Amino acid sequence: MILVPNYATYRKRDGFLISLLLKKKKKFLCLVASERKRERERERVGYRKVQEGSFSASTKPSSFSVLFLTLLEHDYIGLAEKPSMEISEKSSHLNLNLKETELRLGLPGSESPERKPTNLISLFGKDLRNTNALKNLVAGSKRGFSDDAVVDFEGKINNTHKASQSAKPKQDKKPEISETNDHVSPPSSKEQVVGWPPIRSFRRNTMACSLIKNKDDDEEEERKPSEASGFLYVKVSMDGAPYLRKVDLRMYTNYMQLSSALEQMFTCFTIGECNSGGFPGKDGLSESSLRDLLHVSVHVVTYEDKDGDWMLVGDVPWEMFTESCRRLRIMKGSEAIGLAPRAMEKKGWSHNNNCRRIK
Amino acid sequence: MPRIAYAFPDEVLEHVFSFIHSDQDRNAISLVCKSWYEIERWCRRSIFVGNCYAVSPVMVVKRFPKLRSISLKGKPHFADFNLVPEDWGGYACPWIEAMASAYPWLEEIRLKRMVLTDESLELISKSFKNFQVLVLSSCEGFSTDGLAAIAANCRNLRELDLRESEVEDLSGHWLSQFPDSFTSLVSLNISCLGSEVSTCALERLLAGCPNLQSLRLNRAVPLEKLVNLLGRSPNLVELGTGAYTSEMQPDVFSDLSRAFVGCKQLKSLSGFWDAMPYYLPAVYPISSRLTSLNLSYATTESPYLVKLVSECRNLQRLWVMDYIEDSGLEALAVSCKDLRELRVFPSDPFGLEPNVALTERGLVSVSEGCPELQSVLYFCRQMSNAALVTIARNRPNMTRFRLCIIEPRKPDYLTLQPLDAGFGAIVEHCKNLRRLSLSGLLTDRVFEYIGSYGKKLEMLSVAFAGDSDLGLHYVLSGCDNLRKLEVRDCPFGDKALLANAAKLETMRSLWMSSCNVSFGACKLLGQKMPRLNVEVIIDERGPPDSMPESCLVEKLYIYRTVAGPRMDMPGFVWRMEGDSALRVS
Repeated sequence: MILVPNYATYRKRDGFLISLLLKKKKKFLCLVASERKRERERERVGYRKVQEGSFSASTKPSSFSVLFLTLLEHDYIGLAEKPSMEISEKSSHLNLNLKETELRLGLPGSESPERKPTNLISLFGKDLRNTNALKNLVAGSKRGFSDDAVVDFEGKINNTHKASQSAKPKQDKKPEISETNDHVSPPSSKEQVVGWPPIRSFRRNTMACSLIKNKDDDEEEERKPSEASGFLYVKVSMDGAPYLRKVDLRMYTNYMQLSSALEQMFTCFTIGECNSGGFPGKDGLSESSLRDLLHVSVHVVTYEDKDGDWMLVGDVPWEMFTESCRRLRIMKGSEAIGLAPRAMEKKGWSHNNNCRRIK
Repeated sequence: MPRIAYAFPDEVLEHVFSFIHSDQDRNAISLVCKSWYEIERWCRRSIFVGNCYAVSPVMVVKRFPKLRSISLKGKPHFADFNLVPEDWGGYACPWIEAMASAYPWLEEIRLKRMVLTDESLELISKSFKNFQVLVLSSCEGFSTDGLAAIAANCRNLRELDLRESEVEDLSGHWLSQFPDSFTSLVSLNISCLGSEVSTCALERLLAGCPNLQSLRLNRAVPLEKLVNLLGRSPNLVELGTGAYTSEMQPDVFSDLSRAFVGCKQLKSLSGFWDAMPYYLPAVYPISSRLTSLNLSYATTESPYLVKLVSECRNLQRLWVMDYIEDSGLEALAVSCKDLRELRVFPSDPFGLEPNVALTERGLVSVSEGCPELQSVLYFCRQMSNAALVTIARNRPNMTRFRLCIIEPRKPDYLTLQPLDAGFGAIVEHCKNLRRLSLSGLLTDRVFEYIGSYGKKLEMLSVAFAGDSDLGLHYVLSGCDNLRKLEVRDCPFGDKALLANAAKLETMRSLWMSSCNVSFGACKLLGQKMPRLNVEVIIDERGPPDSMPESCLVEKLYIYRTVAGPRMDMPGFVWRMEGDSALRVS
C-alpha cells in the first residue's frame, strides 16, 4: 500500500516518499519512490543478464536525484536532531530509537563502537569528513567484509564489528546469542560467527523456544504450545544486495541485538555498493563514488507484518514484533524519508487527505 | 568361448539382477557390456542421486524407464548452518514434473535439502497412482496445503516423513484430509510442524491404520493426549512424543506408563520437548526394550537423565544434550554395553563459559566402556591430544567421528599444542573411518595424517584449520575414497586446488567458503575441467568478469556433473568458464 499525499515540495519527477501515521502504535507506511524502485529493478535484472564485458557501474544518481537528496538531507537535519532524543526519552522501555535501527558502515578493524554520528557517513546531516574512512573502505580487501567474523589466519580472531557493544545494556545472557561480550578480557569479545557452532536451524529454533518457555515459566506466564512454533527464520532483503539472508528472530531478545546482527550481515553489501565504480586498488575516490556513497549512507529496517503492511522496526514491543514479523527489508534512508512518525506529529505535518493509493 | 553372454536370455539375467540391490553393484553390472547395460537399465527400480545437479531429470528418465523409487539431495551440507544463501537452488520441481509424465507407477520419493512447492506436492498426489513413500528431510518451500493434497489423494500412502523440514504452517487441518477409508499408514513424522493438529483427526487416523509402526508427533501435542494416541496404536515401534510436560498428576503418570507398556513393540523414543523429571520415570517399565533414545530436546538436569539412561541396558543409539555431563556418560559407559551411536548436543552453544560439567572425559569413558561404539557426534569446550589418542586406541572400529570444540582454534587445553596428534591418532587407528569432522587448533600436520591414513574416508568437514595450501593438497592427494569435502575459514588457496583438479572429478562435491581461492584460479579450473561445475557465490554486483584475477572468492562450490551448467542459478551464483563467467539465462 502506498499513500501519496499532496506535498508540493515533494512532488518530484522521481516519485514521492511519504510516511503516514494513522494511529498511535498502528501501522505506518513507508512509500518507496516508485520510479526509483523500478530503476533499481532494472538494474538488478540487468546485471544478472550481463554475459560478458564490463558491467556498467551502478547507475550514478542523476544530478536531479542528488539535488533531491540534498533537499531531503537539509530537511532531515531539522528532523533528525529532535526526534531521536524525544523518542529515546519517550520510549525508554523500548530498546530502539531511530539511530539504533540504522545500519552503519563498520569497517573491519576500525572501531565504531558507539552509534556516534561522527564516524559515519550519514544522511543525518553530518559532514562527509571521513575521506580516510572511505579510503579504507575502498582499499580494504574483499575478504574483510564477509559476514563471518574476520579471521586472522595467524590464529586470532579480529574484532571487526564491535559496533554498539557498549551501547547495549549489560544483560544476563540467555544462551540465545553471545553478541554482547561485556566481560571483555583477552581473548577479547567474540563475535558470533555465521554457522558456528554447526547446529542445524531446526535445533536452534527449538532450543530458543525452550528457553523462552522457561523464562515464561519463571514469570508464571502460560504459553500455549501453539505459540512456541518452531521457526522464526525470516527473510531479510536489502535493497541492492545480491541475495537474501535469513535471520532467526528467536536468537535475539531485543532490537539492538537484531540490528547489530543485521549490520554485520549486510555491511559487506554496502561496501560493495561503494565499490561499484571500481574495485579496491583504484586510487582514491572518484566523484561518482562519493555520490554513490551519498546514496548508500543510512539504512532503515522495515518489516512486513502479518497483514502485509510494511512497518518501521522498533515501534512495537519486541515480543509483539517477533510474533507479527514475516519478513524484513532494509531500505535506504533516502527511500524511507520521514519515517519518524512522532517527528511528523511534532512538526505539525498534517497528512493531507488527498492521498493516492498506488499498487 | 564366444557369446556366453547371449547364452542366457534377457529374462534370466534380469531375474539374476533383481537380487542385486546395492547401487554400486548395479552400477558395476551396467559397465560389463552393452547388453548388460541395457538389461540392467530396464530393470532398475530404485535410484539415488546424491547431487541433483550432477545429472538432469531428462537423462534419468531416458536411461531408467521403469523406476519406482527415487532419492535426491540438493543443497550442500553447509546449507544446514546458514552458509548457503536463500534461493541458491535445489529445486525439486523439474524432477517432479519429469517423473510425473515418465513414471506413473512411481512409489517413493525421498528428498533432502531441496526446495519443494505446494504445486509439486499436488502434482505428486495426482500423478502417481500407487504412491507410497514421501520423505522430506530438511526441505522447504511448501506449506500445509501441499500436505493436505497428499493426504487427500494418496490412497496407498505408507510413509509421510517431514523430518526437520521448514513447512509454512497455515493450519493443522490438513491432517483431517485423510479419508475415512484410509488404512495404509505405517510411518508418520510431523515433528517439525509448529501448529496444533487436531487430536481428533489424529485419533481417527490412528484408529484406521492398524499397521502404524512409527509415529513422531510435534511439540504441540500435549502429554495428556499422548495417552489416548498410544492406546490406539499398539503396534508402534518408534514413538516421538510431543511436549513432555504437564501438571504433575499421578493418574496421568500411571496412564502414561501403562500406555507405554501397552505398546509391546516399542523400541525407540524421541521428542521429549521440555521433559519434566516427574514424567521421565514413566518410561522405566519399558526401558529394557529401548534401543534408541533421543533426548536431545530434553532440557532436564543430569541426575534424571542419568537414571533413565542407566535403566536402558540395551540402548544402541543415544542422542542427548550436554546436561548429561561427564558423570552421566560414565554411567552410560557402565550400563549400555551395546551402544553404537552417541550424539551430545550443546545446551548453550553461544555462551562463553561452560554451563555444564561436560568435557572430554565423558567421551573417553564411553569409548572405554562401549565396545560397539562406531558413530560419535560430540560438542564440548575442551579437548586434549591425550584424550583423542585414548579414544582412538579404544575404538578402532569407529566409522563416524565428528568432534566440535565450540571455540574455534582452541588448542589442547593441557599442553596448549595443536590437536594434530590427536586427530592423527583417530585416522591412524580407525581404519574404517568414513566420516570425520575436525575442530580446535590444527596445522597442516593433521592433514598430512589424514592424507596418509584416511584411506576409507568419504566425507571430511574442516573449519578454522590449517596453515597453507599444503593442508588441502594432502587431503586431495591422499584420501582415495573422498567424496565430499567441505571447508570453511581455512587458508587454502589456488595451488592445492589446481594441482588436484583431476581429483575433483572423482568426488561428488567440494565446498570452500572464506578461504584463499582467487577468481583467476576458479576461471582456470572451470576452463580446464568441463565436466565440473565451478560455481562461485559473490557478494558484489556484476559478473566476476570485472573482478581482478587476484580477488578472493567468498564461497565456492564445485561438483562433477554430466548435465552441464545448471539453468536455475540465481543472480549471485556464477559458473566459471575460462575467460568469461558464463550465465545461461
